[in-house]
Amino acid sequence: MVSKVLTANRLADGISVWLDASGNWVESLQDAFIARHAEAVAALEATGKTAFADNKVVDVNVVDVEEVDGILRPLRMRERIRAEGPSIAYAPGYHGLSGPKNFAA
Amino acid sequence: MYRYDEFDHAFVSARVEQFRDQVQRRLSGELAEDAFKPLRLMNGVYLQLHAYMLRVAIPYGTLSSRQMRMLAHIARKYDRGYGHFTTRQNIQYNWPALSDTPDILNDLASVEMHALQTSGNCIRNVTADHFAGAAADEVADPRPYAEILRQWSSVHPEFSFLPRKFKIAVTGAERDRAAIQVHDIGLHLKKDESGKLGFAVYVGGGQGRTPMIAKKIRDFLPEEDLLSYTTAIMRVYNLHGRRDNKYKARIKILVHETGAEELARQVEVEFASLKDTELKLPDADIQAIASYFAPPELPNRAEGWGNLARWKKADEGFAQWVHQNVQPHKHPDYGMVTISLKPIGGIPGDATDSQMDLVADIAEEYAFDEIRVSHEQNLILPHVALADLEPLYRALVASGLATANAGLITDIIACPGLDYCALANARSIPVAQEISNRFGSFERQAEIGELKIKISGCINACGHHHVGHIGLLGVEKKGAELYQITLGGSGDENTSIGEIIGRGFEPEKVTDAVETIVDTYLGLRRDKSETFLEAYRRVGPQPFKDALYGGAQEAA
Repeated sequence: MVSKVLTANRLADGISVWLDASGNWVESLQDAFIARHAEAVAALEATGKTAFADNKVVDVNVVDVEEVDGILRPLRMRERIRAEGPSIAYAPGYHGLSGPKNFAA
Repeated sequence: MYRYDEFDHAFVSARVEQFRDQVQRRLSGELAEDAFKPLRLMNGVYLQLHAYMLRVAIPYGTLSSRQMRMLAHIARKYDRGYGHFTTRQNIQYNWPALSDTPDILNDLASVEMHALQTSGNCIRNVTADHFAGAAADEVADPRPYAEILRQWSSVHPEFSFLPRKFKIAVTGAERDRAAIQVHDIGLHLKKDESGKLGFAVYVGGGQGRTPMIAKKIRDFLPEEDLLSYTTAIMRVYNLHGRRDNKYKARIKILVHETGAEELARQVEVEFASLKDTELKLPDADIQAIASYFAPPELPNRAEGWGNLARWKKADEGFAQWVHQNVQPHKHPDYGMVTISLKPIGGIPGDATDSQMDLVADIAEEYAFDEIRVSHEQNLILPHVALADLEPLYRALVASGLATANAGLITDIIACPGLDYCALANARSIPVAQEISNRFGSFERQAEIGELKIKISGCINACGHHHVGHIGLLGVEKKGAELYQITLGGSGDENTSIGEIIGRGFEPEKVTDAVETIVDTYLGLRRDKSETFLEAYRRVGPQPFKDALYGGAQEAA
């Protein structure tokens, strides 16, 4: 089956976060816990519902990912951009997806 | 400019404190998301891909330097040092923390600004011609009427839960610079034979997934009947607009399904009962509001003509900028300056905090403290003496704000697209950037002439692609971005909806496709005076289809 991770936006500041193996919401997709079988996906979904109900995060979703050379890559462009940030140099010092972690294309 | 009265101050401040309490209760867990979401939206706070987004209202796109400095301050203190000016003449911040939003709204209130009705199924920010009050061709300034509509529609109890959002635009000239025919209500301020002011009223225009050109249902509505007639339209819509399907809930669908004639009849019936009520605008009230928008005292500055000729001769870049970005003003010694927020290869509509501060400074020094936001995502200084253009230009050059491309192919409208927006299916900004880079030379742009490219990252059409001379719509197909091209759209007094030209193009091929379209136009135009739109209307889509697809299959 397709691997999955749990993602959401943090309530207080809205920043995109992913659930790691320790149950923490972290800002890097690469640190996310990967569910590789149905029971693990069910656990992710349950954790997401609890976190939403506990008012820690909003817009909770399980998303499909693949592992390419040890790097997690969401299957959908939308999720790739959520994970990496805007693909454009939107502010001084930010270079969009031009760095080594570029996987939006 | 309009100044808040005591009621406005008290009302906006009360709303800030109310929202502060709501945010605190949300963060403490007392309020659940389902209960909180409509409350935050009523205060302009959305949740996007990466963070919350705050949309701040700029009524009819008019700002003072003090207000612009506050927008810069908010970008600097609460966001990531920039803001995005939108096709609704508003500004959006892409990274505010929810916990900061009450403080942001409080700061905005201190300069008579807010984020009310920038979301939700209510009457949104009323937009107007960005050259209002300055344009040589206008009959009268449309902004007093936009302000009257703003006051009337703010938290209007009857119209706060409409079937769907509702957008009104007003223009005061025959040349429509406010795209009124693609709004729910479009108002064209004009005079009748006796010289009396009133409006041609258009209803049921809009873009989105079902683009429609508005129908004129009144050729001349006397100005005193503005609110009673608008109320009549709103009542008919509120009663009969569909609430069962959000995609069929805009008034354009009601007009289409009812027929403009029948809808106009229903409006007239409602209007008859409202015409002589308290909604009738007393002349004194109109004059009182109009006095806020009185043009500044513009002293004669005839020395500007000689200076201008000299400066243009000495500096080709300045001459190009004046030619492209300065329009004639009512007063012959003045001009209307477009500050392009479309640097070559840049992000359409974005401005940094320091750029906003700079614009505030020069508006104060050279432009009577007045700034406008255009629906084409540029900033306007409506009153600048020709004699001040050169120092103003120097200041803009130093801040990267002097791109000479107003109305040219690189003056591209683009929505935030999939780089920010939770609704988007494809990116808009990188496509705009690549096209801008491809056509970046001024000489090439000038050779092409007026050509408006508009890009949306989804069918909601915030990037106005339906009315782009060349429109690009980003879609998701099999998990990848694809761009559908429309040709022949226009958002002016001869509004037209662009026609889909054929199958879409992958991101890496879309700029080539645009170039093919442009080259085809250059090859078939009668002469340089025939614009892209005129040429397209003369020859139709076939030459462009042939150039893009040859004999290949054209199905979208």
